Amino acid sequence: MNIILVALGGFFGSILRFYISQITGKRLIGTWIANISGSLLLAFIYYLHVNGQITASIWALLGVGFCGAYTTFSTFGNETLELIFDKKYKIAFLYVFTTLSVSFILVSIVRYITY
Amino acid sequence: MSKQLNRKLYIAVGIGGMIGAVSRYGISSAFSYFENFPIGTLAANLLGCFILSFLLQHQSIKEKLSPEFLTGLTTGVIGAFTTYSTFALETIQLWQQNAVLSILYVGLSMFGGLLSCYVGFKLANKRQDMK
Repeated sequence: MNIILVALGGFFGSILRFYISQITGKRLIGTWIANISGSLLLAFIYYLHVNGQITASIWALLGVGFCGAYTTFSTFGNETLELIFDKKYKIAFLYVFTTLSVSFILVSIVRYITY
Repeated sequence: MSKQLNRKLYIAVGIGGMIGAVSRYGISSAFSYFENFPIGTLAANLLGCFILSFLLQHQSIKEKLSPEFLTGLTTGVIGAFTTYSTFALETIQLWQQNAVLSILYVGLSMFGGLLSCYVGFKLANKRQDMK
């Protein structure tokens, strides 16, 4: 049963990520927005799940399926490598640094307020 | 781009996303006995980085596949197979338990991810050079 929910979440998560990349013209900001907003959403869903306010089924659908597929690591890596190849080291550093720091800070804040 | 093609692309990405998400779920379930370190997410992310860079760089594969299939495979399957949100959440959870392991996780993910992309990129070029 969980597999079907993960698949369903993955269907909509991927489509939303694709939609954002289309409207942002496949620029870095599309991946950035998806990864940051998805991390924030996942943190909320996770701590609601830990606190018993969300069932395991909803966690499979929204957490593992939707947020998991809405955010992506492979495009993040590939985009960073392309920036390095283009010798845009400063942008590559800023891209990685802001993605990591902003997402980690947001997840920490969610953890703090939901505990 | 025509509306028809656009709708097909979205459906291809959605179907690919189902396959990618379920595969990631399978890998993370298989590695769930490593409770102290999120090796499932790491494995999915590194493998996905390699495959994505390989596919995007391999011109002859790209030419053979229809736009729907290629986008479904790259943005859909690989995009959903790898995940950033779980990586961020696991990093913060790990930080509470063991800061050193948390830094190690971020380091392995970032450097390993870039290295996987690089190997995929180089391998795709090499295969094309041989032809």
